[in-house]
Amino acid sequence: MKINKATMKIWSRIGSRAAFGLTAVELGKTMENLMILTADVSTSAGLDRFRKTHPEKYLDVGIAEQNMMGIAAGLASEGHKVITSTFAPFQTMRCCEQIKVNLGYMNNDVCMVGLSAGIVLGTLGYTHCSIEDIAIMRAIPGMTVISPADSGETVKATIASMKHKGPIYIRLTGGTPNPMVYEDDYDFEIGKANILKNGKDITIFACGTMVYEALQTSNLLLEKGISACVVNMHTIKPLDTMAIKNACEGTNLIVSIEEHNIIGGLGSAIAEYKSTLKNSPPQLILGHPDLYGKSGEYNDLLEKYGLTSPQIADKILQLYQTL
Amino acid sequence: MDNNDKIITKITKMAKNMRKKIIDMSLEAGKLSSHFGGGLSIVDITATLYGGIMKYDISNPENPERDRFILSKGHGVLGYYSALAEIGLMSDENLLTFEKTDSDLVGHPVMNRKKGIEFSNGSLGMGLSLGVGVAFSGKKRQKDFKVFVLIGDGECNEGAIWEAAMAGAQFKLDNLTTIIDYNKFQLGGSNSEVMDVSNLKEKWSSFGWDTYETDGHNIKEMYDLFKLKKKSGKPVAIIAHTIKGKGFQFAENNNDWHHAILTKSQYKIALDELNWD
Repeated sequence: MKINKATMKIWSRIGSRAAFGLTAVELGKTMENLMILTADVSTSAGLDRFRKTHPEKYLDVGIAEQNMMGIAAGLASEGHKVITSTFAPFQTMRCCEQIKVNLGYMNNDVCMVGLSAGIVLGTLGYTHCSIEDIAIMRAIPGMTVISPADSGETVKATIASMKHKGPIYIRLTGGTPNPMVYEDDYDFEIGKANILKNGKDITIFACGTMVYEALQTSNLLLEKGISACVVNMHTIKPLDTMAIKNACEGTNLIVSIEEHNIIGGLGSAIAEYKSTLKNSPPQLILGHPDLYGKSGEYNDLLEKYGLTSPQIADKILQLYQTL
Repeated sequence: MDNNDKIITKITKMAKNMRKKIIDMSLEAGKLSSHFGGGLSIVDITATLYGGIMKYDISNPENPERDRFILSKGHGVLGYYSALAEIGLMSDENLLTFEKTDSDLVGHPVMNRKKGIEFSNGSLGMGLSLGVGVAFSGKKRQKDFKVFVLIGDGECNEGAIWEAAMAGAQFKLDNLTTIIDYNKFQLGGSNSEVMDVSNLKEKWSSFGWDTYETDGHNIKEMYDLFKLKKKSGKPVAIIAHTIKGKGFQFAENNNDWHHAILTKSQYKIALDELNWD
């Protein structure tokens, strides 16, 4: 699959879901044993083209996510490389125990792609938002959890997942277009954080859509004289603890930011590790508050919950000044 | 004695041996307790499958051509491990580690292909979906193996069973057979008291399955039914009428034996009833 400035631009324009769909078509060309399962969401998952080009590798199980995960495990145990995909809440929570038993307990190689995680579907209400999925998926032993920073990283993560052993959850966030963090190809490795920008005062760890916001935030902070290191923590599990250790040793404040509940996600994962370090700096955990709010348009909700770069910068400044 | 009669005799002997192994395991488990009733209700079914129906390869338990068996009602392990021991995939000593710390033979099956345990089960309502996945793969790759999934009647309370039932018919999985162990009881009491699952034949037929009823303790009847040529393009559902605790009068249709401890004196009674030499 060609990954260059031109394709990165296209993927950013079409968003993560469609970028995932295009990746699937490419994977289908070379992977004889690939099977992609959906629960009646082929269009939403960007899989219409895959369904047409690789019908023998596509299986729609109807609106039955629990059954989908059992079928996926059955196929995986026969040596198929399986991707399942539906909207994030239904991909993770509706069939949570099936994931535990079929993917976790039995360690079956299945890659789950959760669509429209976070609050991008805010107008549809919180049934369709997913602010709990990282917390729940990372509590399953053996599960790998990835939240790509942009459409390009969605492509990279999907490709990497096909060589990965064990179950994996890829959480897609953001709308269309999806702002570009990466403008050209780069090295992506599951479990290895990417430092996007060096800084000496604070370190911002971010995942998903918040990586772009973190970069914007760092520019705003620089205007106030604060030098921020920005780390794309695309893999929440297994956690790149070395990246955290380095940040704790090199900077005075750790910030985590994610389009997810402030409980149980990236921030919690970092805090769990950080608590084992001696004399580590304080941590500011930013994300969606622990509540179910009223429905609303994506940008309005991001603003409402303080997930835009000016708001993030303000919160960091307030705390930084008290240090 | 014709060949069929020989097989029936062999399976009958196997079922008897399995019941002996089951009381041995239960006695050895002692206070750890075991799912006695629901293990015994499936013995004649698993004996028939492993003793006369299914293809397996002792020298290579993971042989891709083998038939697959999935114990979706995972608490029925006594009737599963004892069958795997009878065909030689587990030793009697191994059986006596049942439920003990670090044993491979857990109170619900944990995937161990070398010992013939195909999948991990125990949380009800999941095994049939696995079976749909395996059967779908077999069809796609034009393999001849068959998939047998054994589920409980109480397990049919689980909605996921019916998701899988719809899928089995939708994908025309005529290599998939579901056997429903219809012993009329579940943990909390009789099916009708807890959650009525009656008219199972109508339910499975209406979901598009080629459905049969049988006496789940009549080995000849079951054997003939498994051998019967079925309709093409449809998965098969077999409703096996069984008795919870079958084989030992003190436990038959007595739901106190859903999960219970077998004492030494009960063991002696059981041994007598089994007519064991």
